[in-house]
Amino acid sequence: MKSSPALTDVQFRLTAAAVFVAVLPHMLRLPWLISAPVLALITLRWVQRRRSTKRLPAWIKLPLVLLFPVLIIFHYGNLFGREPGSALACAMLVLKLLETDNRRDARAAICFSAFVLMSALLFNQGMWITVLLCAALVILLAALRALESARTQWLPDLRSGAFALVGALPLALCAFVLFPRLASPLWGAPNDTTARTGLGDRMAPGTMQELLIDDSPAFRVVFDGTPPPRDKLYWRGPVLWQFDGSAWTRPEWLASRSGDDDVHVRGARVGYEVTLEPSERHWLLALDVPLLAPQGAVRGADMSLVSRSRVDDPTRYRMVSAPDYVLEPVLDSLHRRLALQLPAGFDPRSRALAQRWRDAFHGDPNRIINAALGMIRDQFTYTLNAPLLGRDSVDDFLFDTQRGFCEHFSSAFTFLMRAAGIPARVVTGYQGGYFNQFGNYWVVRQSDAHAWSEVWLEGRGWVRVDPTAAVSPQRVQAGARAAAGASAPWYQADWLMSIRNRMDLINRFWNDAIVQFNALRQQSLLTPFGVDKAEYPQLMLAMLILGSLLLGLFAWWVMRAPKPAGDALDAAYARLCRKLARAGTARGPAEGPLSLAMRVATTWPAQRNLQELFAQYVGLRYASALPAPERIQNFTRAVAALRLPAATRTARQSS
Amino acid sequence: MTGTAASAIRTSLRDRLFEYAERRLPALTRLKRVESLPIRLDRHRIYVLPTRFGLMLSLLLLVMLLGALNYNNNPALLLTCLFAAAAYQSVFAAFATLNRLDVTALRAEPCHAGDEMYFSIHFHIATRPRHSLRLRAVDAEIAFDLDRDSAATLRIHAPQRGWLRPARLRLCSEYPFGLFEVWSWINPDFAALVYPRLESNPPPLPRSGAQAQQLADRSSGDELAALREYRSNDPPRAIAWKASARRDELLVKEFETPRGHEVVLDYATLRGLAHEDRISRLAAWVCLAEAARLPYALALPQTRIDAGLGADHRHACLRALALAPGAAP
Repeated sequence: MKSSPALTDVQFRLTAAAVFVAVLPHMLRLPWLISAPVLALITLRWVQRRRSTKRLPAWIKLPLVLLFPVLIIFHYGNLFGREPGSALACAMLVLKLLETDNRRDARAAICFSAFVLMSALLFNQGMWITVLLCAALVILLAALRALESARTQWLPDLRSGAFALVGALPLALCAFVLFPRLASPLWGAPNDTTARTGLGDRMAPGTMQELLIDDSPAFRVVFDGTPPPRDKLYWRGPVLWQFDGSAWTRPEWLASRSGDDDVHVRGARVGYEVTLEPSERHWLLALDVPLLAPQGAVRGADMSLVSRSRVDDPTRYRMVSAPDYVLEPVLDSLHRRLALQLPAGFDPRSRALAQRWRDAFHGDPNRIINAALGMIRDQFTYTLNAPLLGRDSVDDFLFDTQRGFCEHFSSAFTFLMRAAGIPARVVTGYQGGYFNQFGNYWVVRQSDAHAWSEVWLEGRGWVRVDPTAAVSPQRVQAGARAAAGASAPWYQADWLMSIRNRMDLINRFWNDAIVQFNALRQQSLLTPFGVDKAEYPQLMLAMLILGSLLLGLFAWWVMRAPKPAGDALDAAYARLCRKLARAGTARGPAEGPLSLAMRVATTWPAQRNLQELFAQYVGLRYASALPAPERIQNFTRAVAALRLPAATRTARQSS
Repeated sequence: MTGTAASAIRTSLRDRLFEYAERRLPALTRLKRVESLPIRLDRHRIYVLPTRFGLMLSLLLLVMLLGALNYNNNPALLLTCLFAAAAYQSVFAAFATLNRLDVTALRAEPCHAGDEMYFSIHFHIATRPRHSLRLRAVDAEIAFDLDRDSAATLRIHAPQRGWLRPARLRLCSEYPFGLFEVWSWINPDFAALVYPRLESNPPPLPRSGAQAQQLADRSSGDELAALREYRSNDPPRAIAWKASARRDELLVKEFETPRGHEVVLDYATLRGLAHEDRISRLAAWVCLAEAARLPYALALPQTRIDAGLGADHRHACLRALALAPGAAP
């Protein structure tokens, strides 16, 4: 086997750059135990190669080969799976760079870089990261290009890499859209859990704090008609019944189905479509109160929607809700008992307060509620920087700190209601959202997370009471960020948020068009061409046809004849000569216009205008250095208008 | 040992396959037809196949594709499609490297058998620069770029005297990414002259006794004809030092060698040597006599060249030797 040529400096550097950009997106995610040695090795190899082109000895490489699997097993526990697998791939790629000395090694390293680059997308499917990674292909292509020549500049290689990538866009898009998707995976889909922020089924003081500073979109909504007013935009999530003194939880066994007669719709129904971001949880969000359950989901007795499968991909569903409703007018005894449950031995001061109210107002729920809201409105402050609470968290909050955000308020309020004998529960979800007028949709972010209370009143069913609205009406009218004021993190500044909310349109398009594109939507692609349900063969055929067209176009562009040199006058004269040649009098290889004119005169003695044309050409070409443009235009027009009769056989022979 | 034997068998099998292919498919290899220059490369004679690396990459792309499809990961699929499309479309760039390339001329300086001959192939590019071209003859290969009309010089081993044809040349490229190899065969109508091999330590030039005496004592025998200006190859002993000192420039004595004093290099006198050895020795003598500026004549069984001096004369003599028929019957 012929040994592969050794690498020049430029070739090595571009290969190292390709490896570096492939590893880089993983570095942000991998533990430093692995990312630090990987980056260090790339740097050391770069420096070492600058000093000498000698190969690294085996006693350096061999321990490193063993080191990385050990580190990975130490951190993850095994070598397989999405996370450890990608860490191992990064490590192997860098080790390959260590021994890359000739062209074959470099090619292998670059190929593998593409693979590692792609695997970064298994962890993050965001638009910007995808765009960046696709752009990183330029460096890979440039490195491959550099391997083909021994030049000492790298800029032309980068340029041709960029050209190749841009030129490949149409074909790539065609293949992307039409390549048949798998309806079900060939092998096990990844089931790793990465800790994503989102609504949980547990609420303790402080758990939502992380959520409230997280600006990633939670879901997007498109309303069919006019949306309800902003203060009615309560997006219902998990409903929490059980309180153990510190945290509110949802009893598992409550996931029973709810009947349709539990809800009496009072006003108009609102239809809309929700696109949920992956949450890695089972909750589906819906406007209070949902009237149906989407396919594959169940509406629980507490009107929260639970999907059977975990939401690992962006999910879209249609919903109908009723903003004005009467919910569960008759409370069954089980629910009543549950909605009055309180842990024994916690928060004595709050219980005492509730008891006082109960006695003072003779058990009138409306007056008790008003008293509680009035107390919160008068004495409490809304802030994201809530102080820590002790064992009796409700007591601490109500009587000592008196500062907090939605979950403190809803927790304390619900506690008071229960202690006063009013059935109550905590509802978590989101409140509000941002209307994007360019896309005509609402985006609701994680920071819009909210918690409120529901109390059950005789004859009115479950009624929503939002104690946070009492202390900070802005929270409901203008949104969480307006209410947070100075305690909001810097990146939630108003002007920045308004830009980001507008930019969300692009993210939404990305999620809609790219991330969520699946086998189901692909089937309807060919509807305009009369194929209702495109299956594998139709898609393949369509891809081949469109792909061939694009390739043909590209091939034509590559092989097109070069533009003939010369100016407009030359082009017009060339056209005249072509016309003459078609009619039987071809210009000789070195024939000037005058001698051609003489031959033409013998062939077509009657055509006076031909001689005139030749005279014009000679005059324009040779008599003046810079002929007037109008005269050239006249000549061009005359040539275009020229009609020649086919020359007779004798005439052609004589010429 | 067995390895070399196996590779020898493989090589001979390959050669035989190649010969067969050339017999059956002359268009594919272009061996059959010798073409006259200029030769324009176009789509009728440019061939493309993926390289081994290209096949490897397509395998990797397949793996990436399966992974992206399996995880229903559209961004990953997009990345894969983009890379695959860029890789695939590089076939057109590869093709464009050779398309509309003109081979305008071939040139070669004569050399002696056993030496390397410098062939230069001149190209004309009508459109854009061409990169990463490689030109391969039987046993030689060079890599070059063409930024404008220029030539590539190939060193070919010249084993024996006579006409040397570069045979067919393979012009190929793996531009731009090494995924596809594009190639074209060029078989131009061209042959270069290879002079005979020079004997390494030839005996002195043959002379009669009188001639040898005259050589030893040149000034007494030859008649000084004139003084002329120094030329770069004149032997130092021919310089007229006294006259030069007077004129402030180097002058050289020119002798008029009387007729009959020339060296006759006669094939017939070299009895006892093999045919090729005789030709080798004669060629060495031609070069010696030219260097010594002694007029020399060449006598071969078929041809005879009268005495003379100078590059043209030398070329005529060496050409006659180079083209002399093989061993006498």
